[in-house]
Amino acid sequence: MIALFGIATTFEGCKPKGAGSAVSAGAAEKTYVAPGQYDEFYNFVSGGFSGQLSVYGLPSGRLLRVIPVFSLDPEKGWGFSEETKPMLETSHGTVPWDDLHHVQLSKTDGDYDGRWVFVNGNNTPRIARIDLTTFRTAEILELPNSGGNHSSPYITENTEYVVAGTRFSVPMDGDDSDTPINTYKKNFKGTLSFVSVNKDNGHMDIAFQIETPGVNFDLSRAGKGVSHGWFFFSTYNTELASTLLEVNASKNDKDFVLAVNWKKAEEYLKAGKGKKVSNVKYAHNIYDETSHTSTSTIKNEVIVLNSAELEGLCYFIPCPKSPHGVDVDPTGEYIVSSGKLAALIPVFSFSKIQKAIESKSFEGEFAGIPVIKYEAALHGEVEKPGLGPLHTEFDGKGNAITSFFVSSELVKWNIKDLKILDRVPTFYSVGHLMIPGGDTKNPDAKYVVAYNKITKDRFLPTGPELAHSAQIYDITGDKMQLILDFPTIGEPHYAQAIRAEKVKDKSVKIFKLEENKHPYFTNGESAAKVERNGNKVHVYVTTIRSHFTPDNIEGIQMGDEVYFHVTNIEQDWDMPHGFAIKGANNGELLIMPGETQTLKWVPDRIGIFPMYCTDFCSALHQEMSGYVRVSPKGSNVPITFSVGTNQPTDTQ
Amino acid sequence: MKAYHPIKSIHRIILLICGIALLAVIFLPIWRIELDAAQYPEGLELHIYSYKLDGQVEIINGLNHYIGMKTLHADDFVEFTVLPYIIGIYALAFIVAGLMARRKWIYILLAAFLVFGIVAIVDFWFWEYDYGHNLSDDAPIKVPGMAYQPPLIGYKQLLNFGTYSIPDIGGWIVITCGLLLCYCVYREWQFSTNKI
Repeated sequence: MIALFGIATTFEGCKPKGAGSAVSAGAAEKTYVAPGQYDEFYNFVSGGFSGQLSVYGLPSGRLLRVIPVFSLDPEKGWGFSEETKPMLETSHGTVPWDDLHHVQLSKTDGDYDGRWVFVNGNNTPRIARIDLTTFRTAEILELPNSGGNHSSPYITENTEYVVAGTRFSVPMDGDDSDTPINTYKKNFKGTLSFVSVNKDNGHMDIAFQIETPGVNFDLSRAGKGVSHGWFFFSTYNTELASTLLEVNASKNDKDFVLAVNWKKAEEYLKAGKGKKVSNVKYAHNIYDETSHTSTSTIKNEVIVLNSAELEGLCYFIPCPKSPHGVDVDPTGEYIVSSGKLAALIPVFSFSKIQKAIESKSFEGEFAGIPVIKYEAALHGEVEKPGLGPLHTEFDGKGNAITSFFVSSELVKWNIKDLKILDRVPTFYSVGHLMIPGGDTKNPDAKYVVAYNKITKDRFLPTGPELAHSAQIYDITGDKMQLILDFPTIGEPHYAQAIRAEKVKDKSVKIFKLEENKHPYFTNGESAAKVERNGNKVHVYVTTIRSHFTPDNIEGIQMGDEVYFHVTNIEQDWDMPHGFAIKGANNGELLIMPGETQTLKWVPDRIGIFPMYCTDFCSALHQEMSGYVRVSPKGSNVPITFSVGTNQPTDTQ
Repeated sequence: MKAYHPIKSIHRIILLICGIALLAVIFLPIWRIELDAAQYPEGLELHIYSYKLDGQVEIINGLNHYIGMKTLHADDFVEFTVLPYIIGIYALAFIVAGLMARRKWIYILLAAFLVFGIVAIVDFWFWEYDYGHNLSDDAPIKVPGMAYQPPLIGYKQLLNFGTYSIPDIGGWIVITCGLLLCYCVYREWQFSTNKI
């Protein structure tokens, strides 16, 4: 018995040390941002199934903001105020949630320009644009003929296009889409949407869609530098399975990377080779920061180019075992695709791909699209890198860092000689990774951040549901060094980081009252009023420290729909006011200085309803409240409203 | 014997430059009141011109309502109507004194300029006193015995606000002109006592 125990303890000693010892000395100094000091980078991190976009500071890992995008956010009134409701409209009606996976900062000349962030909605295919002067969602565009918008919203080097692709191929929209699922191979199609971005105001429009065979598009990247004009998409399920994909889509030894010549697509489009399709329906939602309102427009037309019919538009490149990430190095010459079930990483060469196309080094066709010979496109393979390679970012010094989900590590390797240089564990099962500027022409390679899928014991336990986590590694030396862990919101997928200087000075502090074009804007307290229009009552309210005008309102009746149009007439930085009223089947409003927002309230009973400011605004915040009286329908109580004058009459 | 005593050329030049500088003062901020509080690390500023109030007047008015201070409006001050003319007249007086170059005139100019300075400071003090003491009975914050008169010049803590009252560029020009005029008068006086 004792001998057995001895053997057990001896074996225990052989086990590698735990994660705790992985932290290097000096980690605290590298991540410490003193109180009142600013971080070096804004890190825009996808919120996954939260549907939102979070903003962290690097290297401190401090949460700076959660920007509501696809999901309701009662904290900020997003989707609750009348002004923001249209932003969540789709062709399916209101969809108050989505699954936000990927983040793309807008680019000029292949580097981040700090204007916008684009994000994708995976579930109900959408792309959103966030304005970096307000850190608010400015636009959401739905995508027709699509399911599972995963390989999105990757962008070209001058933000010419933001792309979307179908992770879940579906029949094209319209009457013929009611088809048996087991006719997948014949009837299900993939589409790649190229969404143009207006250089001045960022407005998005579907320039064209490319119809493809029904493979699953996983991720994508634009070419840059030498490969500008091309786009690369990873695919899986080239087996075209529609059930038990876990098994049925894992059969082929090689799936594909799809290379798309989008300059060629533009030529075909100009030449009128596109097919106008008008049996589609998709929403285009725009928020206007001058009128402080948004509009949702349903569109019914899209131009489709056929990948099999238009020569020179698309080429498949074989890639081992269900590739996930497809990433392009800073020069644009090397394309790294990671077969997530493969034991190697193939690196393709753009110039070799071009030569292969010229010399027609094809091994055949797949659904009418030429398949380039694997060896003809290959620069080389990284051998035995780890298990489950997913994504690759670049340090701009000739090296790449790849994330490995199964072996839970980051591996640094050299692009030219494909030799492995370093590896570090992640805690646990890293998905995406990010180097600031890691997908640009000029990476700012100070840190790499791992965004993990499993958290387990990294933080204090919080029941069965745990925050996901991220880890920051210092990569300025030869060895990657873990310097910080931080929890994240939702599930972090891709993220990007930009130098604070490129964004911070453009940040809006207040909205100017004189520029407020809201149709229910209240220009000062003297303009506050209550207007009845049938059963609709419009209340024009102003807020300023520390009162509402008006704050005594009578004459509301059962059956009325009451709209509180609240204008915050403060013109001082960081002085929002909130607005809430008892019993509203709705959220609150949070109104920035100079802004107007509207809360709809349908009273459900007679009585007196307190309203109050929800954002502690001043020393007299608790006094910032008022009353609304609701009378029975047909009551003779007239509409009255006032502030400070409706003094008590029962003086006894 | 001359009918008057001419002044030195250097003093004429000084007077002419001062005259032109005083004209510029009409368009420059003369005084500034800076406010600091925990909630305003970036500070709040009130700039007083000869003809207007500038800076974060609305924000300061908003804050002052807590202590029942009257709101600041340029229209409430007759000073903003007459001050540009008064400064203009003094500017012309400097220029005329420089052109005419008579010793007696600069003595008179100095006396008049001192009167202007004293009247302006007294007026400013009364203005500050009025705003600091005549508070509304409805003020949400009432601190017994507390008045909110900003300092004439220098620093004073008023509840949570540190208040600095200091000349702005226009004020410094006026002060410099006064000092230069004193210098001219002193030198001329020296010459006159030496000669006679």
